Amino acid sequence: MEWRDEGVVLSVKSHGETSAIVELFTSEHGRHAGLVRGGASRRMKPVLQPGNTVSATWRARLPDHLGNFTIDLGRARAGILMDDPLSLAGLSGACAVVSALPERERHTALYEAFIVLLDTLEEVDVWPAVFVRFELGLLQELGFGLDLTKCAATGKTDDLIYVSPKTGRAVSREAGEPYEKRLYRLPPFLVGGRVTAAEPEDVADGLRLTGHFLERYLFGPFHGRLPDARYRLIDRLSNAANAKTLGAQ
Amino acid sequence: MSSLSGPEIERLIQLLGKLPGLGPRSARRAVLHLVKKKQTLLEPLAVAMADAAEKAVICTTCGNVDTQDPCMICIDPRREPKSLCVVEDVGDLWALERAGAHKGRYHVLGGTLSALDGIGPEDLTIGSLLERASGDEIVEVILATNATVDGQTTAHYITDRLATTGVSVTRLAHGVPVGGELDYLDDGTLAAAMKSRRPV
Repeated sequence: MEWRDEGVVLSVKSHGETSAIVELFTSEHGRHAGLVRGGASRRMKPVLQPGNTVSATWRARLPDHLGNFTIDLGRARAGILMDDPLSLAGLSGACAVVSALPERERHTALYEAFIVLLDTLEEVDVWPAVFVRFELGLLQELGFGLDLTKCAATGKTDDLIYVSPKTGRAVSREAGEPYEKRLYRLPPFLVGGRVTAAEPEDVADGLRLTGHFLERYLFGPFHGRLPDARYRLIDRLSNAANAKTLGAQ
Repeated sequence: MSSLSGPEIERLIQLLGKLPGLGPRSARRAVLHLVKKKQTLLEPLAVAMADAAEKAVICTTCGNVDTQDPCMICIDPRREPKSLCVVEDVGDLWALERAGAHKGRYHVLGGTLSALDGIGPEDLTIGSLLERASGDEIVEVILATNATVDGQTTAHYITDRLATTGVSVTRLAHGVPVGGELDYLDDGTLAAAMKSRRPV
């Protein structure tokens, strides 16, 4: 068995003294792990950092074996993002969220969205909203998509400002007001595929919304809770928003 | 396969084989060498190991390994008391000491934050670092964590936590190593070096 693909390093775990078990999110083979011989070496360590795009060749005798990766660096992102705490938190959060994907299942569209997210991580005003959209896409790709196109109660397509935590469907202002406290806020930048500027509180609402469904459908049943990296990302975004507000005053 | 030697020697081979850099074959060769030089090597080694096993302790102040608590570095009056260097592991502390690069004291974290391995802030010695940094003596905390995603995530987390203490927080530079040729550097290091360029 052998294939060659492009992928992004998600995680690296040392194996013995010299090797590493590397998990990649690949374009054609989904989330896939493999052994990298010499993965703990000085030459390979900078390559095997989460977020780096690599070109990988996977070889194994049988398809269900762990197999060996031969990896070449494509694009080094980790080194560029390391200095900025917010971008680094975004990178760690994104890699952690993708770990919810089932192994060895092809999700090419999601992979492309993941690359877009990673490529925007340097643009601090843009990527948090892209992150929320990516999480929505992840839910959609795995069959748990939210219906944010029309109101679940009235069928109206305008003034959608809530989401039901039970059904994942949008609810209009009029229908949702009596249950306001039990509903999630639907940030405007997620409505109708519109590209609108996302304020920090909109991003926070978006992360709250996607976090609920990610935990309910993907992480809860298998891991119990969302990854710590995602919680740290939310903390950091909230601190950055507070600092921005204080700076503006 | 029947063992080639007595159970005591086999056990020694087995234990040595667990050390970093040694496998079963190299452990067997090492043991053979030790047994051949019993008086000059094996017996002194056994005594040294017994001594180390009896006396080695982890310093409760900084996390260094020494034969006394607090360790030699923590009680050394010639050390700069205002500067505290935070490292991931004892190996990093020893590397900095070898280079003579830091004249102050240290704090060993005991690892990095890692979502994959489930290591959170409570698993590291961040609490005691905050206590030390909150004291009157410390003026600067130098974050010398590795230039990896986990290492830098930990450094940023500690920076946030230290914000309330009022100490100055610095970190090691990332970039071209001494003797490094640009042609041979990995893309990540080059990009980081370019980003951290400074006026000359």
